[in-house]
Amino acid sequence: MTVLVLLDHTDAGEPRATAPELVALACSLGEAEGVWVGAAPLPAQLPSGLARVHRVAVANDWAPEGEHVAPVVSEAVAAVVDATGASVVLLASTFENKDVAARLGALHGAGVVTDADSVAVEHGTVVAGKTVLAGTWTTRVEVVAPLAVVLVKAGAADAAEPAAAPEVVEHAVAPSYVGGLVEVVERTERAGTGRPDLASAQTVIVGGRGTEGDFGPLEELADELGAAIGATRVATDEGWIAREAQVGQTGVTVSPRLYIGAGVSGAVHHRGGMQAAGTIVAVNNDPDAPIFEIADYGIVGDLFEVLPQATAELRRLRG
Amino acid sequence: MSIVRGGGTKVGQPARCRVTFPAVRIVVAVKHVPDIQADRTLGQDGRLARDGGDGTLNEVDENAVEAALVVAESAGGAEVIALTMGPDDAVDAARRALQMGADSAVHVLDEAAAGSDALGTAHVLAAAVRKIAEDGPVDLVVTGMAATDGLTSLVPAALAAELGIVALTLAVDVTVADGAVVVRRELDHADETLRAALPALVSVSDRANEARYPNFAAIMAARKKPVAVWSLADLGVPPDEVGSAGARTRILAAEPRPARKDRVLVTDTGDAGAQLAAYLVEHKLA
Ligand SMILES: Cc1cc2nc3c(=O)[nH]c(=O)nc-3n(C[C@H](O)[C@H](O)[C@H](O)COP(=O)(O)OP(=O)(O)OC[C@H]3O[C@@H](n4cnc5c(N)ncnc54)[C@H](O)[C@@H]3O)c2cc1C
Repeated sequence: MTVLVLLDHTDAGEPRATAPELVALACSLGEAEGVWVGAAPLPAQLPSGLARVHRVAVANDWAPEGEHVAPVVSEAVAAVVDATGASVVLLASTFENKDVAARLGALHGAGVVTDADSVAVEHGTVVAGKTVLAGTWTTRVEVVAPLAVVLVKAGAADAAEPAAAPEVVEHAVAPSYVGGLVEVVERTERAGTGRPDLASAQTVIVGGRGTEGDFGPLEELADELGAAIGATRVATDEGWIAREAQVGQTGVTVSPRLYIGAGVSGAVHHRGGMQAAGTIVAVNNDPDAPIFEIADYGIVGDLFEVLPQATAELRRLRG
Repeated sequence: MSIVRGGGTKVGQPARCRVTFPAVRIVVAVKHVPDIQADRTLGQDGRLARDGGDGTLNEVDENAVEAALVVAESAGGAEVIALTMGPDDAVDAARRALQMGADSAVHVLDEAAAGSDALGTAHVLAAAVRKIAEDGPVDLVVTGMAATDGLTSLVPAALAAELGIVALTLAVDVTVADGAVVVRRELDHADETLRAALPALVSVSDRANEARYPNFAAIMAARKKPVAVWSLADLGVPPDEVGSAGARTRILAAEPRPARKDRVLVTDTGDAGAQLAAYLVEHKLA
């Protein structure tokens, strides 16, 4: 069974953190082949285990920066599906890729599962595991179409090690009429934060309104724990931290081993994006804050006291 | 669907919302979902229990309706049609849109549509938009970026794909001018401004606007607004293409996650930070 992996990458051609995870997962299902869309240079090293990589050049006189828009990417993936007879496509579960998957579903008959945290082949069909209803239920979903497109959450598998890039197969697609209609007026890629990727981090520290805009104590604890920093919508609305840090129903979904919420009330919209975390720690000075209903370890206290003390004690304990 | 109708700037409009087309028809797709504040459960079949009676308009769809109304208002004389699909009480979602200011509503009501997956839903909605377009071209379709029940975010792009139009998704800002829609979006790794000629579909984020709250007069006025009820047969959609029969994914098992055990709640008396550090080390989390 051929399993295609869309190798998400930066505009400059650096694979995203999810790419090696998806490749490892694909290898556990069948013969893994990569799909690389666009003109960005293929890196010398790619996640190990790929039998080959399909580089799809987008023939577009009209919009060189438009090659990452969903219609174009979905057409590129569809072209490689046709060429290889692949029956499974794995994509990182991002909002952009959901648009790609939706088009593969609507136009190419694929069955689509979003936000999967596991994927297996059982009796010849693809079965994905996912949590639903704000992380309160777990489900197993079977794809009953000849082409299964599964959007896999960050952190669902251990990343494959890098290896020399395998054989490259060249393809070219001419974008459809609709693909050509999207004009990218402006695109600014954001630089990384220097911390682990929020969606896939093992430890996530989230600040809410209670920080009053001072993320300093969270940053220091994050340094100590190697954590990513997230935020509630209030904190991003206030402009205290970048939008992409928003955790929740309409932001990033995280399922780290450890979540620490500081000055976060635990609104249902926020819980939707973090309730599947392994261990939930909450620091809030209101004993009635709803986050305590789901916290494994709750501290009623002032985050400006508790966090610095925890950081100092961790340094001491670990020498 | 085709169509942007011809130009002409409206006189007397402030420059900020200069509009260069006389009228648009906008369809806004809305969904009735179980209240996320209430306990939600899955049934034996893995489908969401929708009989709780505490359903509501999907929150982000309020932002979609708001965006549609703002575009319509700036266009002067535009028509906004709310479209929903679902069982009897789904009409409440459409009613809410009417209260907010939509002109009319369409409710696709058919038992055979129950159990549709996101792609099945998009298929039915596309057929409904095409039928709406029989009375006059539809220029813009607006949806929310996600529904709080399934949270797949697949419907907007799938609906646009079925209609053969562009989808500009996750908009935090929407402007319609000169026969085109311009959308600003904030993605995980990039910020973008995208532009496409109408007709197009836009999905809006909860950050796109503050949805208006209908006043009493608006609520009363909504009662007189027309709600058309269409079946799959009216839409020419064969029942086996949608609903559980047409679904391309099937839920094999659904279980509530086990309750968290051994939970601790401490009140800081001066050493809670140190205790937390010890807890993290003990549980190998640090
Ligand atoms: C459609 C929609 C989608 C949304 N999507 C999201 C989403 O994706 N993500 C999200 O986060 N929100 C989302 N929201 C917003 C959400 O409803 C809440 O408003 C938000 O999560 C609350 O953020 P908060 O916890 O920072 O603020 P608050 O609810 O104001 O809580 C602040 C908490 O900080 C505590 N506090 C104050 N000072 C201190 C201190 N010194 N030490 C310790 N604790 C302190 C307070 O006791 C309080 O509990 C959405 C809302 C809507 C309507």
